[in-house]
Amino acid sequence: MRTAAVLIGLGLALAASVIVAILVGAVAIAPQDIVAALAGASDGPNATIVRELRLPRVLAAAIVGAALAVAGVLLQGLTRNPLADPYVTGSSAGGVLGAVLAIAVAGPLAGGLIPLAAFVGALGAVAVVWQLARLGGHTTVLTILLAGVVLTSFAGAVVTLLLVANDRLALRIRVVVDVLVGAVNIRSAGELAMAAGIVAVGLALALVLAPRIDAYAFGDETAATLGIDTDRVTALVLVAAALLSGAAVALAGLVGFVGLVVPHALRFVIGAAHRRLVAAAALGGAAALVLADAGARVALAPTELPVGAITGLIGAPFFLLLLVRGRRLLP
Amino acid sequence: MTLVTSGLAAGYPSRPVLSGIDLEIHPRALTAIVGPNGAGKSTLLRALAGLIRPAAGRVALDGRDLRGLGRGEIARLIAVVPQMSETIFPFTVREIVALGRVARLGAFGRPRAADGAAVDRALRELDLDALATRRIDSLSGGERQRTVLAMALAQEPRVLLLDEPTVHLDPAHQRSTLGRIGRLARERGLTAVAVLHDLNLVGALCDRVVVIDDGRVVADGTPAEVMSPTTVKAVFGDGLVVGERAGVPFVLPSR
Repeated sequence: MRTAAVLIGLGLALAASVIVAILVGAVAIAPQDIVAALAGASDGPNATIVRELRLPRVLAAAIVGAALAVAGVLLQGLTRNPLADPYVTGSSAGGVLGAVLAIAVAGPLAGGLIPLAAFVGALGAVAVVWQLARLGGHTTVLTILLAGVVLTSFAGAVVTLLLVANDRLALRIRVVVDVLVGAVNIRSAGELAMAAGIVAVGLALALVLAPRIDAYAFGDETAATLGIDTDRVTALVLVAAALLSGAAVALAGLVGFVGLVVPHALRFVIGAAHRRLVAAAALGGAAALVLADAGARVALAPTELPVGAITGLIGAPFFLLLLVRGRRLLP
Repeated sequence: MTLVTSGLAAGYPSRPVLSGIDLEIHPRALTAIVGPNGAGKSTLLRALAGLIRPAAGRVALDGRDLRGLGRGEIARLIAVVPQMSETIFPFTVREIVALGRVARLGAFGRPRAADGAAVDRALRELDLDALATRRIDSLSGGERQRTVLAMALAQEPRVLLLDEPTVHLDPAHQRSTLGRIGRLARERGLTAVAVLHDLNLVGALCDRVVVIDDGRVVADGTPAEVMSPTTVKAVFGDGLVVGERAGVPFVLPSR
């Protein structure tokens, strides 16, 4: 009952945040005009703003928020580390490296390549982490985290090198900055649809895997004695997390703290069992990022802030508060 | 089910831990594995659980080599009670006990009626009904130990392997926990094997003792047979006094 109530509450919160995010923006548009635009009953410039700018932007923010929060749930559950998220494991860094490489190689043609390159980069990062972690013959949580730290530093170094050395990147510095600071940026409807499809696959995989992730509660070895084929399940969880974080990087670059704070906060409300937590994180993460992105659009309007700055400003102190209040949750 | 090791060797490529282990472990009894630190007790337990591949020899359950069984099949026969019973995340007692059913879940992970019934039974058997909705991190050490034991029972195993099940418990809970495990083995026909350090618990509550030293079995028999002054001195060195009260052997540190 409590689970249903929490999920319904989160769904309503998401709906409310979507409505708010479509209502606000640099141009003031009356609610009745927005309804008319969404219903396809008007054609003026305001209707164009609502249909072609605000609505895709809000949808993209929702997809990114859901993807990051669920990726965080997966990685935290797998590693039993509440600090693990797409960043710690190197998955986002790989996505960013892929995206920046695409811009460096393809220059102005990179637009359509960026999402693909980010997915490949995130998957590649996870594959490297996985291979490194398996070197000892079996996978331990600690080696995954350490491998992620090393990979993140390496990807950061390569991106810095490319930025300094590559003229094309210098010319497209605005796009690169969007990726690095985390700004929701939709280049085409097809790209949005592709990201939505990838996130849907990642979410479905997460929901199916969730009961098996519960079995990692006492570590990999106990998961194995409970009947989990840990090599296979760990690989599938990492692939799902890479799909989700790659899609998020493609739409919004490096957005921090959503994958960390949302699962952490929701665990206090809905408990630790992963199927409920995945569902709650998808709704809660989407609502959180839709609101954060709306804030990014209006805080200094008409100048837009990157949403990564908002999530960092709100998320970092919130996370510190969680750390202080929930020290017991740390290993 | 009878657990048999033949010519078992295991460990790391650079450092073999166990060698030439031949054991036949029967049901309806609680068998203790004792020995000094670093003797290979935990490695033996992990080999019995099929968690590490033998470097030589094999481990078989009723004649079936564990290497031929998948993790799910092994989990439906062998349950392992981990030494660590702390989780990072706020699972409830019932959720932890339900982990014992993971190996029996369908592809989409929906629990069936039999799963719920097994969890209810395990909770009842370990007097955890009243604690079922409590978070595991709010429990005492003894309650947590009972929770992980219930998780293992929910697996409905034929073999129960325990790694130092009494390590964080006070003397009364050590006795009640180990006594309960012994009763489960005898009444349910389980093959129970526990790595233990406290020789007095072993002497009072176990049916059989296997002594491991330097990766080999150096003594094997009932507590009264094995816990002799000669064996205790040979394995643990000087400084222990062996006595006997009403047929139960005990060991005290000498002054």
